[in-house]
Amino acid sequence: MDQTKKEALGASLAVFPGYLVVGIAFGLLAQQHQISWGWAVLMSVVVYAGSMQFVGISLIAQAASPLQVIFMTLAVNLRHLFYGFSFLQEFGERGLRRLYLIFGLTDETYGLLCQKKLEKRAAPQRLYFWITLLDQLWWIWGTLIGAAVGSVIPFDTTGIDFAMTALFFVTCLDQLKSANTPIPTGIGLISAVAALVFFGADGMILPALVMIAAGLLGVRRTLQRRGLIQ
Amino acid sequence: MNPILISILLMAAVTFLTRWLPFAAFRPGQPIPKTIAYLGQVLPMAMMAMLVVYGLRTASWLGPYHGTPELLALALTGFIHHWKQNSLMSIGCGTLFYMFLVQQIFR
Repeated sequence: MDQTKKEALGASLAVFPGYLVVGIAFGLLAQQHQISWGWAVLMSVVVYAGSMQFVGISLIAQAASPLQVIFMTLAVNLRHLFYGFSFLQEFGERGLRRLYLIFGLTDETYGLLCQKKLEKRAAPQRLYFWITLLDQLWWIWGTLIGAAVGSVIPFDTTGIDFAMTALFFVTCLDQLKSANTPIPTGIGLISAVAALVFFGADGMILPALVMIAAGLLGVRRTLQRRGLIQ
Repeated sequence: MNPILISILLMAAVTFLTRWLPFAAFRPGQPIPKTIAYLGQVLPMAMMAMLVVYGLRTASWLGPYHGTPELLALALTGFIHHWKQNSLMSIGCGTLFYMFLVQQIFR
């Protein structure tokens, strides 16, 4: 194993427990809805979007129409539209690796890559690729376990999904440390809390994204005038 | 075609679309508009803060504990991260602490 793969393995270990356990939970859910393990694993291979796959199981179970599936997927995954802008240059110019990096840009992988982006390395694609691939392997592995033997897990895993939130939080702290200003973080925090309070857990994403975009564009001149960003 | 397969393929296609659109809109090598470059710079920070809240969206804020286990676990995660500068250790300790809190104390 070369240095890059070692580093990718070390980085992806941060999402390993979360992906494994949430993957198992997903496999279990599929099993409960009498959806065969093959479909569950196929979803983890070709869809690869945590919360969407959970919604997807209920869509499949209630035999939702194609149009319903399309709109639900759009609503749940709309936040991904914002991720790519952070890696327009970093994912390289073309090729299958670039496509796979785009395909695998889940919340957690985005979090890890944002952390690696802080290191500002010259050609990060190979490292990014291995992080993304390992993350998906943990996810598929969890799905397999959950769908096959999930009902005999020997210990209480309640609360283990906190690992995802902890990853986002730690990344937040690292970003704050390397940035000149906490204002973008503050805008994200205030927008999300306001959206949660006014629109609830199921409807917070879209309003939060709108407020974040408006807030960031609103402070642009101030940040630039004070030389806090380029 | 099997309706389950159709649903899965639709989910896959739409999910990929949401991740690919920014890359389709701005080809590599092409100069990126200043506004987009600015957003690329500041969005990761705002999005990460949003994802923290998103991760805690289903916590029982109006329940008897008002999110105490979540906030305590975040505080410990932050403290260990500040102290040891090791992401894996902070995430691991914070998660174990949270599991202990919701399974044993704040039930």
